[in-house]
Amino acid sequence: MSALLDISDLGIAFGGIKAVDGVSFAVRPGEIVSVIGPNGAGKTTLFNMISGLYRPSQGQVRLDGRDITAMEPHLLARLGLSRTFQNLQLFGDMTLLENVMVGHHLRERAHVLPDLFALSSSRRSTRASADNALALLRRVRLDKGAYREARAMSYGALKRLEIARALALEPRILLLDEPAAGCNAVETAEIDELIAEVAASGVAILLVEHDMKLVMKISAHIVVLDHGRKIAEGAPAEVARDPQVIAAYLGQHGQDQVLHAER
Amino acid sequence: MQLKPKYLSLLILVLLVAAAPLFFPSGFYYRVGALIFINGIAVTGMVILIGYAGQISLGHAGFAGIGAYSCALAPVYLNIPPVAAIAFGAALSAALAWVVGRPILKLHGYYLGVATLGLGILISMVLLNEAQWTGGPDGIAVPDLGLRGLLRDMGLRVGAGELWYWVAALVMILGAWLALNLFDSPTGRALRALHGSEVAARTIGIDVPRHKLHAFVVSAVYASVSGSLLAQMNRLITPDVAGFMHSVQMVTMAVLGGVSSVLGAIFGATILTALPQLLTVFHQYEHMVLGLVMILVMIFLPDGLLPSILKRLKGRNEE
Amino acid sequence: MSDLLQFLLSGLTVGAVYALLALGFTIIFNASGVVNFAQGEFVMLGGMATAFGIAAGLPVPLAALLAILGTAALGVALNALAIAPARGAPVVSLIIITIGAAIFLQGAAGLLFDKQIHRYPGFSGEAALRILGATILPQSLWVIAGATLTFALLWLFFSRTLTGKAVLATANNPLAASLVGINTRAIMALSFGLSAAIGAVAGLLVTPITMTAYNTGVALALSGFAAAMLGGLGSPLGALVGGLLLGVLEALTAGYVSSQYKDAVSFILIILVLTFLPQGLLGRKSTDRV
Repeated sequence: MSALLDISDLGIAFGGIKAVDGVSFAVRPGEIVSVIGPNGAGKTTLFNMISGLYRPSQGQVRLDGRDITAMEPHLLARLGLSRTFQNLQLFGDMTLLENVMVGHHLRERAHVLPDLFALSSSRRSTRASADNALALLRRVRLDKGAYREARAMSYGALKRLEIARALALEPRILLLDEPAAGCNAVETAEIDELIAEVAASGVAILLVEHDMKLVMKISAHIVVLDHGRKIAEGAPAEVARDPQVIAAYLGQHGQDQVLHAER
Repeated sequence: MQLKPKYLSLLILVLLVAAAPLFFPSGFYYRVGALIFINGIAVTGMVILIGYAGQISLGHAGFAGIGAYSCALAPVYLNIPPVAAIAFGAALSAALAWVVGRPILKLHGYYLGVATLGLGILISMVLLNEAQWTGGPDGIAVPDLGLRGLLRDMGLRVGAGELWYWVAALVMILGAWLALNLFDSPTGRALRALHGSEVAARTIGIDVPRHKLHAFVVSAVYASVSGSLLAQMNRLITPDVAGFMHSVQMVTMAVLGGVSSVLGAIFGATILTALPQLLTVFHQYEHMVLGLVMILVMIFLPDGLLPSILKRLKGRNEE
Repeated sequence: MSDLLQFLLSGLTVGAVYALLALGFTIIFNASGVVNFAQGEFVMLGGMATAFGIAAGLPVPLAALLAILGTAALGVALNALAIAPARGAPVVSLIIITIGAAIFLQGAAGLLFDKQIHRYPGFSGEAALRILGATILPQSLWVIAGATLTFALLWLFFSRTLTGKAVLATANNPLAASLVGINTRAIMALSFGLSAAIGAVAGLLVTPITMTAYNTGVALALSGFAAAMLGGLGSPLGALVGGLLLGVLEALTAGYVSSQYKDAVSFILIILVLTFLPQGLLGRKSTDRV
């Protein structure tokens, strides 16, 4: 199968310092690709470039063969690219249900006049979004709190809420930035299951995650960054044995985890 | 049966508007009421702009000025009937908001505040200086809407204060209904989302500039209609309607009452309109009291008066 | 030619006042992130207090000193009573608070002093000086010299004294500043006092030329604010450049285009600058982090 997301020679510099430098890799539909690397390796910066928040200073991003480099985020969303954020970007004043409902924005076709006058078209899309959003909340087991404000929820719940919102776009490719950070073992297992399930439905997934156990278990392919450069890529087992990777990042402790996960 | 919050808000509004005249000691209070509702229209626009979309404007009185002077000038120079002049002013305000909004709304926080402030001041400056059209600082007379004449022909005799009370109430309730519709609609959710996090809003496909612009234009129309009604009621209009202080008043009323809800903002309009009218004894201290109220409410009740009161009541019920 | 010189001279005089106003905005903005809409009231109070001091028979220097000290104390009080308690409030709330403070001070001045227009004679007489066919009031020289001196002293304060450096550090990163032992609360109070004092200086210098009244503050604040934004909010040098530029442009507009629309210049300029150069002429660029 050919690549859905194709990244070639991507890089960006802030004030002369190259935060990401000449990174290339590809993600196929239904495949889970993880980007790992020590803190400050440029993982989130990479995500911000792919999702159109930062303008790369070199290289290209292609989606389905089409050049999408530095395209406006809302247009990328239209092309089926969706993401979550490392530090949560939720709408605290809105209910959980509404948070996921806005994820349906592209299908709602918001027009201000029909919305002001509550014409039937407007009310119909609100109802449809609410039904879909409730189903998604059920999927991440948050339906009980559907009418509570997001700001009142626990961190783990918000992590899942953000995934539900990202899924509401019905993406073709989903970028998850540390979805399991700050989650306990049970929550992590749930997120693990959810990601696998989404990938199985044909969605390409690009993952940044520090939980090595999770990464090794669910990734088909791993890209390792260090100081903004790609130092290795390959299947989890391959990457885990790469001496450069071990030196730069995993260390003895990481290797233990990997072996543990393989068992 | 559970009433949807939207209809509950409207019901409360209608009941209060209908019941208030029962307690009026004199006809003067109809005018105060009408003034409250006219301000209520403008602050409802502020709810959409500030409360939903999270964008500040310190220049919306400029649009009120356009609405007001349209009512004074369009019937004379363009031969438009006075009623249609309201729509004309609204269209003009919307067009201006549309053109200016696009570049201005890229700005955030204080920068947006100052850019809108500049816009409002420019409008008021034109109204002040083009005296051959606008009458300058002395203001200009506004042609009669002809409503009272119409009612008289139908055999109804209504006082001007009373008439404007009901007309302004009707328009305000209509405006509240529209704003409440918007809240729980795709556009309303998009606005509230970009208020919460612009970055997240963009990544879920929301065209942020477009929606901000819509909120800006809609709120400009509210301000314009409010200015038009003020002009029609007073039959005389001065450039003060477009001045900086009027812009500040709009924002303050809305934020003081509770800018995230239509009822809260109208509550704020009620208090800040009624107090100076009713406490004329304190005329000397008016500025000091107003300034003090603004500071104290923002420090101690940052969500605004109504939401804070409701929260307190709720807290008591749950105990 | 002498026309142009005339406009430049009057523009520089007004520009010096705008620069001082913008400097006041800048100091408070850097210390607290707040844009203080009451800044114009400090200028008004400086002028009014001096006028009343002189009318009460005080010698000019004493009246001026008392006006500066009194206004500075008010600045400190404003911070303690209205700004500090609202730390972390959204921009809209802070705008309302400082506008509320402006309205309060205006009302208080109207009550405490009166609602008349006031002026006092220029410090070095009223006879206009002639320079190359243009005229200038000696008081204009006082304004320009006063502004120059203020900027110079402030530059020395920020670059040569430990307290000044602490203020800069606090502006740069309040958390880091407090971690290295800087008392950021005291810095806030100092900034408000300093900013109010600068406003009072501008007011007492310019009153013999422009006159003053209890309700002149808001218009002054808006012009000074425009100057600060023009130069780039947060940059003292930007305040100087923005203030002078604005003053000169206004004078040129009044001279060559229309005196009625001279105030429009600042706002047209500000909309253009903000649209095309959102950080102002000399401001710092910031990047959003996600």
